[in-house]
Amino acid sequence: MVEEEGFRRYVAHAILWIGIAIVAFPVYIAIVASTQDNALIANGQMSLLPGGHFFETYYQTIFVGTSGSTREPVGNMMLNSLVMALLIAVGKIAISIISAYAIVYFRFPFRMAIFWIIFITLMLPVEVRIYPTYKIVADLHMLDSYAGLSLPLIASATATLLFRQFFMTVPDELLEASRIDGAGPFRFFWDTLLPLSRTNMAALFVILFILGWNQYLWPLLITTRDDMQTIQIGIRKMITTTDALTEWPIVMATAVLAMLPPVFVVVAMQKLFVRGLVETEK
Amino acid sequence: MQKQAIFQSKLLPYALVAPQLAIVLIFFYWPALQAVIQSFLLQDAFGLSTTFVWFDNYIELLKDRAYFEAIVRTFFFSFAIAVSSLSFALLLAVMADKPLRGSTLYRTLLIWPYAVAPPVVGVLWIFMLHPSLGVLSRYLRALGVDWNPLLDGDQAAALIIFAAAWKQISYNFLFFLAGLQSIPRSVLEAAAIDGARPMRRFWTVTFPLLSPTIFFLLVVNIVYAFFDTFGIIDTMTRGGPGTSTVTLVYKVYSDGLLGGNLGSSAAQSVILMIMVIVLTGIQFRFVERKVTY
Repeated sequence: MVEEEGFRRYVAHAILWIGIAIVAFPVYIAIVASTQDNALIANGQMSLLPGGHFFETYYQTIFVGTSGSTREPVGNMMLNSLVMALLIAVGKIAISIISAYAIVYFRFPFRMAIFWIIFITLMLPVEVRIYPTYKIVADLHMLDSYAGLSLPLIASATATLLFRQFFMTVPDELLEASRIDGAGPFRFFWDTLLPLSRTNMAALFVILFILGWNQYLWPLLITTRDDMQTIQIGIRKMITTTDALTEWPIVMATAVLAMLPPVFVVVAMQKLFVRGLVETEK
Repeated sequence: MQKQAIFQSKLLPYALVAPQLAIVLIFFYWPALQAVIQSFLLQDAFGLSTTFVWFDNYIELLKDRAYFEAIVRTFFFSFAIAVSSLSFALLLAVMADKPLRGSTLYRTLLIWPYAVAPPVVGVLWIFMLHPSLGVLSRYLRALGVDWNPLLDGDQAAALIIFAAAWKQISYNFLFFLAGLQSIPRSVLEAAAIDGARPMRRFWTVTFPLLSPTIFFLLVVNIVYAFFDTFGIIDTMTRGGPGTSTVTLVYKVYSDGLLGGNLGSSAAQSVILMIMVIVLTGIQFRFVERKVTY
């Protein structure tokens, strides 16, 4: 348009850079703090430029942990977070794609009832049923286990709805064609439907991985053993109420490490991420 | 919602839905039912006997000042977080929608906070604004603000709202950008030919055409502020000072954990469930025109 010239452009660039600065500032501070000396930070003397403790702090964070009583290497926490995130992402995709397949490609009694039973779970986030769910997981002896961490978060309806929507758009001719070739339900699913769903699965995987990695309230309740902590829980336990004991460089290094995998996934797989986000919200 | 071409099989479809159905029934429906049952029961202090008390737990709750305050606070937080985050994100999206050099770079630099977990957001902000060692607290004090969110409830609330809104910026930015890009250029050009200046064009053309996006994001942001702020609150203030940052979800957690008052905690869960159902209902009724069942 006419006015998109000169001065207005500079204003737009300036506003965007201010926005980016506001968004990035807390993270910059965290990275800087993780390279400085604890005493300096505790005195409120922290500088806005990186210090010289980078390798030392990160080595201690990943392999040793804080010097407190619940000492647990953050590397181990990250492993727990990774296992949980992968279980949630892979598990959700696996059970959703087969149930969507059944609902779209078969006709059977109670089909719609089952669809609605799954659909209504959209309205029951884990936060609102937290204690009863905790009790069930405890009764099943799943506290402090990967199964307990992931199963209650695996089954919600979003992924099922998404695959159902997608299967509805697949032309019927494809099924007719593979029928003529003599393919049964398994062959059709494996050779035709799965390859078509690849992009959807990848987009969904990106979103679910981030959601899984960032889980907080549920792991907070069901992990009691230190070696089963996820990184999100670990970071909370590092902040003690008595400020003098909080080792800020290690806390900040943990924060940076907790951000790295999901942020990397968003930036590296931006197209898939945006697609997954828009698809799951529909 | 049904294909013309389908497979014939008696048992296979049941086998295919079985895993999801099993998990849904065990981990969703059973606990939800438990919560409803629990909410009608009263346990004695030792957990030895329970009596059926109809709606007493609910009546107690509604009479409880602290609960009423938590409801008001939750709605206030949600609204403040949604409005501040949405307006800032809209400004950025409008700027990024212009044909600028490097617009993809801008997008990349603005969307990554989506991936930062709530507890980490809490840690980042409490560190920057910590009364004794925060980097930003120095400047606030220099401005003459008596800054101490660990003691001052209003300041603690402001801190939570800021941190939560910060996290939501990227999400809102993405959806606004998508909304802006779907507005036909010709409409804007027509307005320009009629002599409407950019500001006028924005308010008379762009903004009305964006209203479905705005409404959708408003609902999503309110739901976010209801549930996802738990991690932020827990790492930043743990509901304190006093109860000045206790939201409904935080109250369910802390009452159940510390108080051991299961009946009341369950009643709170049920009320929350009803709220989520209403919010989700609104979302589907007014936003989900694309979905047909």
